[in-house]
Amino acid sequence: MQKLKSQQELQAKSLFYKETLAKQKVKILVCAGTACVASGALAIYDTFLKLLQEKDIDCQLTLDDEKEKESIGLKRSGCHGFCEMGPLVRIEPWGYLYVKVKPEDCEEIVDVTVLGGRCLDRLTYQTEGKAYKTQEDIPFYKRQHRLVLQNCGHIDANSLDEYLAFGGYRTLEKALFEMTPEDVLKEMDIANLRGRGGGGFPTARKWRQVRRQTAEKKYVVCNGDEGDPGAFMDRSIMESDPHRLLEGMMLAAYAVGSDEGYIYVRAEYPLAVTRLNRAIKQAEEMGILGDNILGTDFSFKIHINRGAGAFVCGEGSALTASIEGKRGFPRVKPPRTVEQGLFDKPTVLNNVETFANVPMIIEKGGQWFRSIGTDNSPGTKAFALTGNIANTGLIEVPMGITLREIIYDIGGGMRGGAEFKAVQIGGPSGGCLTREHLDLPLDFDNLQSAGAMIGSGGLVVMDEHTCMVEVARFFMGFTQNESCGKCIPCREGTKRMLEILERIVAGQGELADMDLLLELADTVSSAALCGLGKTAPSPILSTIKYFRDEYEAHIVDKKCPTKNCQKLKMIVIDPQLCKGCSKCTRVCPVSAISGKIKDPYVIDQTKCIKCGACIETCPFGAIKED
Amino acid sequence: MSQVCDYRKLDEILEKHRYDSASIIAILQETQEEYHYLPREAFDYYAQKLKMPIAKVFSIATFYENFSLEPKGKYVIKVCDGTACHVRKSIPVLERLRKELGLSEGKVTTDDQLFTVEIVSCLGACGLAPAITVNEKVIGLLTPDKAAEILAELKEGESHAKA
Repeated sequence: MQKLKSQQELQAKSLFYKETLAKQKVKILVCAGTACVASGALAIYDTFLKLLQEKDIDCQLTLDDEKEKESIGLKRSGCHGFCEMGPLVRIEPWGYLYVKVKPEDCEEIVDVTVLGGRCLDRLTYQTEGKAYKTQEDIPFYKRQHRLVLQNCGHIDANSLDEYLAFGGYRTLEKALFEMTPEDVLKEMDIANLRGRGGGGFPTARKWRQVRRQTAEKKYVVCNGDEGDPGAFMDRSIMESDPHRLLEGMMLAAYAVGSDEGYIYVRAEYPLAVTRLNRAIKQAEEMGILGDNILGTDFSFKIHINRGAGAFVCGEGSALTASIEGKRGFPRVKPPRTVEQGLFDKPTVLNNVETFANVPMIIEKGGQWFRSIGTDNSPGTKAFALTGNIANTGLIEVPMGITLREIIYDIGGGMRGGAEFKAVQIGGPSGGCLTREHLDLPLDFDNLQSAGAMIGSGGLVVMDEHTCMVEVARFFMGFTQNESCGKCIPCREGTKRMLEILERIVAGQGELADMDLLLELADTVSSAALCGLGKTAPSPILSTIKYFRDEYEAHIVDKKCPTKNCQKLKMIVIDPQLCKGCSKCTRVCPVSAISGKIKDPYVIDQTKCIKCGACIETCPFGAIKED
Repeated sequence: MSQVCDYRKLDEILEKHRYDSASIIAILQETQEEYHYLPREAFDYYAQKLKMPIAKVFSIATFYENFSLEPKGKYVIKVCDGTACHVRKSIPVLERLRKELGLSEGKVTTDDQLFTVEIVSCLGACGLAPAITVNEKVIGLLTPDKAAEILAELKEGESHAKA
């Protein structure tokens, strides 16, 4: 491919692809995000391709093969975010969204919708007796405000051509030819974009600090090590719209004067790595990445580094250490990353979503960006909505939205009609929010004052059947396992806190344990070296604050109110129902059940390991968990 | 030296990374992709070729969780125990898999070297919780019974392959 050497050439190319795309009167978009692929999306794509060929329908797979007349576009898009309902197929121009599509449905879709233009009602999303034909009508999408995820699910995730047709790299072109780096920084200042990785540090301030450094070499690093369990926003962006991320990084590089960048991607995201590598190659071939981009003095190259399974590498200094080929240990700051980051050079380090926000800010202006969201937290935020909720998936909403709107309007309420109990926000570093926070507008500052944080944006919704002490233990188990071991407060503190929590869920806790937990939490959060340790106690602090009664039930009454904690369960035989058949004694692995034939049997609680084998065996339903 | 390592393969990997010790993580990753674990001889070889202390190579390999110094099974099953999977009951899935294969927390690979069962913190497939991966393939919305079926299918495929 010929490299583009000027502004005009890029514009001409974009126009060409735009016109080609306009000739696709019908577009079949098969979602090919990780979740839909797991549900069988690739087989759907193949079936469509085969059907279109068999029926001799003119279809276009890439924008490169020029078509004289109208045709049908078939593409693998990125994630629509409605993962629960996958595999998803979207048909344009009507915007019909078909859910849980199977290969045998494809022929009917082609006949009825693609050729006939009619909606195939049986495949639409239905809830509470109502069918929703188009994606935009579905309540899950209606209340969202998709800006960063605008292209996700709407464009071919593997195609630079299509990104160009959708106006991609227009902002880069604008910056390179019509703006100085200072102009870019000014626009970012006005926008007041705050880091989407959790901390909420103003992006423009970070970039200015790097720009001010005198070093000749500077780096732009993208943190794609989205380690918070229950978060997958960044994965979706990398998989669905990789060029947007590259464009954001290039704008940052232009603004701060850098010529080299790295994207650090989690090992668990192989599809993201593949798509990013492909995107980089495509951009290099077209002269959008590399030396003298579009004929200018600006050069930039991007490398991909795969993580190797260490949560701590999401921390800035640990991440740069890992790129340098070292153990992912955080280090003492200062010097900060903006002064001495990767290879000891000034480094811009932002997360995926932050970079993905940049192109539209430069395109539409900082003022426009500020008109969305709240005063101190402008813009939107992507959240991964998961847990015991009816609609799980990826959502994007303006900052300042309330939890109630997210959970009930977008999420469709609790799964199976259970009561809402709490939502864990910000992963293992965040805290839980409860019923009293349902109407709190979500933004960086409000959450911090409520003892939680936006974090990278995982929202795990928990219903009344969730044990909050066990949740705290779960998170502490996670951070303890991921603690890198460099500083003592985190290495020892998380271990001790975990031991105490394990004691409590096993029914061996004492009331003094709660004070000890709070004291340890205070020490660890003030003395740990990096964010991982500093925020590790947050789940404990917030669960004790809002669910003290559950801790007390475990400690004083030796009972788990939600009957989750295995060791606090009691299995008993109802003497009224027991016929004394002795079946249970034969399956009990620890011989805890004894009795006389035809008389009620009893379980020795000191021997019982609560395996439940007897419950399944009893023909009379006489054995129950108490 | 044993026959585990093909040094030409290791050279190829080193070549690709231009013998740059800063790329040690990527080098070990590619080695592991080749052998499904890090063979002992690779450490000596890389330390020598990259001119770095062997302790340094070990320190990297033991720090990052993805590296394994023990051979893994042909099918590596990773059970996601991220928050979303955890609240949607991933542990019963894990227990069932371990029970079916006779594995435990301490014993992760079957004696016939067919299966390895591991826990991962989050696969990012939370929409399909609880999820597992079998090698790279993600399988979602699991129940213990469904997990057992998957095992049965894999085992059957193996016995067919042998026959």
